[in-house]
Amino acid sequence: MQVPARFEYEVATSVEGAISLLQRYGSETRLLAGGHSLIPMMKLRLASPEVLVDIHRLDKDLRYIRDDGGTLRIGALARHKDVLESELVKEHYTLLTDAETMIADPLVRNMGTVGGALANGDPAEDLPAAFVALGAEVVARGPDGERTIAVEDLYTGPYETVLEPVDIITELRCSRQPAGSAYFKVERRAGDYASAAIGVALNLADGKIEDVRIGMCGVGSTTLRARETEELLRGQRPGAELYGRAGERAAEESNPLEDARGTAPYKRDLVRVLVGRALEKAVERAEVV
Amino acid sequence: MVATPRHTMGDRMPRKEDGRFIRGKGRYVDDIRLPGMLHSAILRSPFAHAKINNVDASAALELEGVHAVITGADLAAQGLAWMPTLAGDTQAVLATDKVRFQGQEVAFVVADDHYIAQDALELIEVDYEPLDPIVDSRRALDEDAPVIRDDKEGQADNLIFFWDAGDREATERAFQEAEVTVRQEMFYPRSHPAPMETCGCVADYDISTGEMTVYMTSQAPHAHRTLFAIVSGLPEHQIRIISPDIGGGFGNKVPIYPGYVCAAVASLILGRPVKWMETRAENLMSTSFARDYRMTGEIAATRDGRILGVRSKILADHGAFNAHAQPGEQYPTGFFPIFTSCYDVPAAYAEATGVYSNKAPGGIAYRCSFRVTEAIYLMERMMDVLADELEMDPAELRRKNFVKKEQMPYVSVMGWEYDGGDYHAALDEALRIAGYEQLLEEQRRAREEGRIMGIGVSTFTEIVGAGPGKKCHIAGIEMFDSAELRLHPTGKAILKLGVKSQGQGHETTFAQIVAGELGIPAENVEVREGDTDNTPFGLGTYASRSTPVCGAATAIVARKVREKAKKIAAHMLEAAEGDLEWTGERFQVKGSPDRGVNMEEISFAAYTNVPEGEEAGLEGVTYYDPPEMTYPFGAYICVVEIDKGTGQIEVKRFIAVDDCGVRINPMVVEGQIHGGLASGIGIALMEVMDFDEEGNHLNSSFMDYLTLTSMEAPKYELGETVTPSTHHPLGARGVAESPTVGSPAAVVNAVVDALSPYGVRHVDMPLSPNRIWSLLRENGVGA
Amino acid sequence: MHIQVNVNGEMREADVEPRLLLVHFIRDYLGLTGTHWGCDTSNCGACTVHLDGEPVKSCTILAVRADGHEVTTIEGIWSGTGLTPVQEGFHEEHGLQCGFCTPGMIMTATALLERNPDPTEEEIRAAISGNLCRCTGYENIIRAVRWAADHRTAREEVSA
Repeated sequence: MQVPARFEYEVATSVEGAISLLQRYGSETRLLAGGHSLIPMMKLRLASPEVLVDIHRLDKDLRYIRDDGGTLRIGALARHKDVLESELVKEHYTLLTDAETMIADPLVRNMGTVGGALANGDPAEDLPAAFVALGAEVVARGPDGERTIAVEDLYTGPYETVLEPVDIITELRCSRQPAGSAYFKVERRAGDYASAAIGVALNLADGKIEDVRIGMCGVGSTTLRARETEELLRGQRPGAELYGRAGERAAEESNPLEDARGTAPYKRDLVRVLVGRALEKAVERAEVV
Repeated sequence: MVATPRHTMGDRMPRKEDGRFIRGKGRYVDDIRLPGMLHSAILRSPFAHAKINNVDASAALELEGVHAVITGADLAAQGLAWMPTLAGDTQAVLATDKVRFQGQEVAFVVADDHYIAQDALELIEVDYEPLDPIVDSRRALDEDAPVIRDDKEGQADNLIFFWDAGDREATERAFQEAEVTVRQEMFYPRSHPAPMETCGCVADYDISTGEMTVYMTSQAPHAHRTLFAIVSGLPEHQIRIISPDIGGGFGNKVPIYPGYVCAAVASLILGRPVKWMETRAENLMSTSFARDYRMTGEIAATRDGRILGVRSKILADHGAFNAHAQPGEQYPTGFFPIFTSCYDVPAAYAEATGVYSNKAPGGIAYRCSFRVTEAIYLMERMMDVLADELEMDPAELRRKNFVKKEQMPYVSVMGWEYDGGDYHAALDEALRIAGYEQLLEEQRRAREEGRIMGIGVSTFTEIVGAGPGKKCHIAGIEMFDSAELRLHPTGKAILKLGVKSQGQGHETTFAQIVAGELGIPAENVEVREGDTDNTPFGLGTYASRSTPVCGAATAIVARKVREKAKKIAAHMLEAAEGDLEWTGERFQVKGSPDRGVNMEEISFAAYTNVPEGEEAGLEGVTYYDPPEMTYPFGAYICVVEIDKGTGQIEVKRFIAVDDCGVRINPMVVEGQIHGGLASGIGIALMEVMDFDEEGNHLNSSFMDYLTLTSMEAPKYELGETVTPSTHHPLGARGVAESPTVGSPAAVVNAVVDALSPYGVRHVDMPLSPNRIWSLLRENGVGA
Repeated sequence: MHIQVNVNGEMREADVEPRLLLVHFIRDYLGLTGTHWGCDTSNCGACTVHLDGEPVKSCTILAVRADGHEVTTIEGIWSGTGLTPVQEGFHEEHGLQCGFCTPGMIMTATALLERNPDPTEEEIRAAISGNLCRCTGYENIIRAVRWAADHRTAREEVSA
């Protein structure tokens, strides 16, 4: 088996401790949470950090999923499986449950963390798109204290975020509870990254769509938000014709690149199709509520 | 007290070998740890084609824990830089002059552990001068194509062979006179067996005795020992190959790979055991691939669907070194000439051109018998193309052209003699299980609803069980196989075989054969394989040959032992041999059923009370050369539904009726069929080795070399017919590969059937969602 | 770095490099070779063990990460005499061929049945979707897990 190059290893026992370790070792330092994106990269020697700061002992502080007066708070070290098994999530943030059933596989979901999925910055990662649809924000802590960043503003390019090397994501926060949401993904095979995936979260008022958000995964150099499509949908009565137009608009908003998971035209068309399906499902769920 | 189970031939006996595997006590090559053992890693070429100007290993040698770095130049000094391939070509062990595919072996590092060995790889500096690569076989014979094998004297282009077979003129006449002819080009893409365990070995040279022991992931330990002796110059009797438990082979563990040779050389140099284990990337990039055939098929037929002639043309990509697995130089396309399959075809002709390319060498038969998969795929696709042309039901067209059971033993126009078969019965059974008429009705409804549903049929005969020795050989050694059986005084037996299981269940099924012949429980027969010092010489397990050849050897050696037992029984019963009869459990005096002895009693007597003139003991050895191959056959039906929006295919049903003759252990047979179907469906849908224009490998991990998971695998619906082989002593045939041979065409036929209303007549594998989506949109199907 | 890991109920200690993968600690340091590996990229699941009771891929976890935690391998799920229902199920239903993926499959299936003693076929398929097998086509593995579920219930009923 391929094995990682040598590195130094530190275990953090508090968030502050982790931040000071990041400060001490400098930019070639990486946080190690679940490690299920980082360690494979290190084994293939596509990543060779000099220092790893292991934060799994912060579980006691950062592994939780709770409702805080209508705000969903997910600790950065919550595992994918925690999200999948959360009744709170299933009831009110269903697209996260949809997404989690298709993220990697059950064994990986036992280790992989929500914070890691967000910090990694892989445009084909599912959770960021789902969180964009929810309008969620990350809480990042650094030497100068805490700040919040909307997930849609987190990424500047593939594997690039606005986070400083000394920042640590501590929480994912979502103050909006949509009436209906859905996540649709096309993968070549179970466990694969998305060829394209779409998250939709919306509310209905008087039978019309309002407050809709759409996150797009795997169809741009970063996670995307389909703002124009949201605009097109707002205030409209749901229906097949509307979904069709929304899909077409979202396809235009996407900017996919060809890779092993598909050609650009294919992925673009998937956006069209999946936006329609996700809208239909989200509306259906909203109507039940 | 619970009665001890007594299993015998034909029983669904749970496997004897399971006990160690379910406890984590299997012993695979990487589990072997010898005192003083060193580890290794191979530096591989990042380029598909490049000249090597220099290899500098000095920095690697300075790394603490590194014991040696072996380069091509080092091996060349010993005359070991090149080794022979199974196809009579040469292959670089470590590159000296050029690298010829991405992932080719350049240097071999030996270190205290594999972490250090991998670190050292990064310290070796190689000065490469990139050259133009040939990636697409269709470019290989271009005037301006770079010559890949400029190491070979007289090799002025990239041609390996031109081959043809059949009656060209008669076939041409058939095409001229036919009412209908169809033609289809198709590509059977490169795939990889990718067993769960990668290839590897531990080479242990003992300087005090001169003995070289190699623990090796080998499907053919005896053949490998002979090849090792030839390559290394070590005396054969001082080489011992041990194949411990093997984590799947599927053809991948048939060839000799450079890593084995390097580990052996390193052990010779250092006098310590050296382990080499591939990473998954190395396994996918450098060890033998399968398929990579560009084919054109043609059928000439009457308007009412009688086939008059079949023709095929192949462009075969064998990679940078011709390491094709073939049963002799007379078979450069393996058993492709079986391509007329289960049909009564009056005229046939096949031709093939083999070329070098800057891709990994091969190819081997991934879960099939020497290119049968390609042949059957071609024929089964062509049958559907013809059915489409004639607007005829594909099942009906097949039925019309089957060889009839009354024609058995049938000799095909290509010269193969089939050992029985009832193709009509197998197809009828498959149609019955599928509920074919209802399926067609369901499809009509689906189409009305705008859903895309397809039904694919595939009927075929395999050809497995090479030899006969006069026809088939590996490096000149005739393809017989062997069994050695010894009964001990208490009636317990040890059976030693020349083959080697990689999961097929030999320890159980071969014990059942002995049980059936000798009337002792299979529980009392231990099966030993995979150690050249302790088993008779045999050719190994691949191409579904274990049951046809070694299974026959086992039945025959057991019968030999029974003959001797009869002599002893006669002595014990004080009767003439001629007065004894075998009941299946014991010998008894005809007409006096109270006077008899069973095999346990006879065994004891064999060591305590032998008749005068007989030697003590009860044992025998047989080297069995089959009179012909066996021809298992089947009829498969696949039902798919396609998502118009995304191009995703769901295999809704898969019906497989197999006839492998008499089933020694039906449970094991069904398990083999399940696995073969998963491979075949995986190949149809997703398994592919792809390259970019520079020859960079695009599927070098399990992230991108996609195999079926439990989520895509359908629930298989199996059926059977039993037509005993006319020449196998048990009436059995091989089976593990039929499903991989027959299923890809069923899947593709189903998908083409689904898309046929839109004018689609063919689509190449793999049937990726993207490819299906393209077809849908090109043909005006929106969503 | 010095680590202490409770492996199969026994405290095991070693000085290891931080980069040592858990699978190699288990195989090379402890000699527990029932845990296999089959890929470089966390896809195949041959290396599945339980970490604090959860099935995980030990090829993607640093040994140092297991310091102070509990690891159970295939060698640790049975008493040394009697087999577990999952082990028996794999034998009875022919849920293995080459045996290479088997320990990982058994570890995953064992964890599934602890959480969900009566899984449907779909739930079993989903649970083992991160464990690749190249021999069985999965069919008999699914039957094996069902066998274990059926016989576990039966036994509990008998003993109750």
